[in-house]
Amino acid sequence: MVMLPRVEHELHKRRRSRNIGLLVVLLAFAALVFGLSIVKITNGDMMEGFDHQPRASVLPQDPNPPAKPAGPVAAPGTPGARALEESP
Amino acid sequence: MADTNAYEGPAEAGFGDYVALLKPRVMSLVVFTAFVGLWIAPVPMNPFVAFCSVLFIALGGGASGALNMWYDSDIDAVMKRTAGRPVPSGRVSRDDALAVGLALSGLSVMMLGLAANWFAAGFLAFTIFFYAVVYTIWLKRSTPQNIVIGGAAGAFPPMIGWACATGGIGLESLLMFALIFFWTPPHFWALALFMNNDYTKAGVPMLTVTHGRRVTRRHIFGYTLVLAPFAIWLAFTSVGGPFYLAVSAVLNVMFIAGGWQILRRSEEQAEADGYKVEKRYFRQSLYYTFLHFLALLVQHWMGGW
Repeated sequence: MVMLPRVEHELHKRRRSRNIGLLVVLLAFAALVFGLSIVKITNGDMMEGFDHQPRASVLPQDPNPPAKPAGPVAAPGTPGARALEESP
Repeated sequence: MADTNAYEGPAEAGFGDYVALLKPRVMSLVVFTAFVGLWIAPVPMNPFVAFCSVLFIALGGGASGALNMWYDSDIDAVMKRTAGRPVPSGRVSRDDALAVGLALSGLSVMMLGLAANWFAAGFLAFTIFFYAVVYTIWLKRSTPQNIVIGGAAGAFPPMIGWACATGGIGLESLLMFALIFFWTPPHFWALALFMNNDYTKAGVPMLTVTHGRRVTRRHIFGYTLVLAPFAIWLAFTSVGGPFYLAVSAVLNVMFIAGGWQILRRSEEQAEADGYKVEKRYFRQSLYYTFLHFLALLVQHWMGGW
C-alpha cells in the first residue's frame, strides 16, 4: 500500500475555521433558546396559543358564570351516589 | 522551479469572511443605540430577554449588510474603501451573500418576535426592507439624496429597542430617531468630501459629485442647524435631564462650529492641508452620536428631572 503524504493546504484551514465557527454559533443559539424558554416559563408568560380547539384557560373570563350546584355531586351508581340516595 | 497548484478554483471562505459580510462595525453602532433605546424605556425588561433582543436586532442589521454586499458587489469592487470586502475580493460568492442575508433576516425577525414582541419584530423586518430594498436597490444609485433617506434605516434601531420594551412608539423614541436621522447626512458628506474620487469612479451620485463641493459644504452646515433642536428637545422628555442637557448643549455647539468651519473653507484651502478639517469633523461626528446615547444611559442611571 502506498502512503500518500497528508498535506495541509490553506484551503483545509479555512474550511476548518468555518466548521468550528458554525459549531460554536449553533451551540450558542441552542443555549440562547433554552435560556429564553427558562425565563419565559419562570416569569409565567402566556405560553398557550391556538391549538385547533377552544381552550378555557385562554378565553376571557365570564363576568356572569353559570351557578354551580350547591351540594356535592356524585356520578350515578357510585358508592357516593348511593350514600346520598339512602340519606333522608 | 515551477510551483504547481492542482486546484485554483473559487477561493474557500473562512468563518471570518462570513462575519465580515455582516458589517461588524456598522453593527456595533446598531447594538449600542438599540440597547440604549431598550434600556431607558419606561417598561423594565428581564436582562436576559433584553440581551437576546439586542442580539437579534444586531443580527437583523447584519442580514441587511449582507444583502447590501450582495447587490452592491459591482460598485464595491471599483471603490478603494470597499474593494477588500468578501464578495468583490472573491472569497464569498454573490449567491452565498444573498442566501446568508435572506436566512438571517428571517431568523432574526422570528426570534425577535418570540423573545420580545411582534410589533418590534415587524419593525425590524421593515428596517431590513428599508435598508436592502429602498436604500440599496432603489435610491443609492439614483439620487444624491440617497443617504438622507437611507439614513432612516440606521436611525430605526433605538426605536426598535424602545418597541421591544414598550411594545410601541413614543415621543422619546421618535426623537432618538431624529437624532440619528439628521446626523447621518453631515457625517457621510464629510466623508464624501475627502473620499470623492471613490464615489465618482463607481458612479454613485453623491452630492459632491452631482452638485459640487460648495453645495455639499452648505448642506453639512444646514443639517447641523436642523439637528441641534431635536437633540436638545430630548433633554426635556421623560428620558432627559440636566446631565443630558449639558452634554448635548456642548456637543451641538461644537458640531455647529465644525460645520461653520467646513462652510467657510475653500477647496484650495482643503487641498492644501489634505482635508484636515473635514477629517477631524468626520471623527467628531462619530463621537457626537456615541456621547449623546451614552449621556442618555448615564441620565437614566442618575434619574431624570
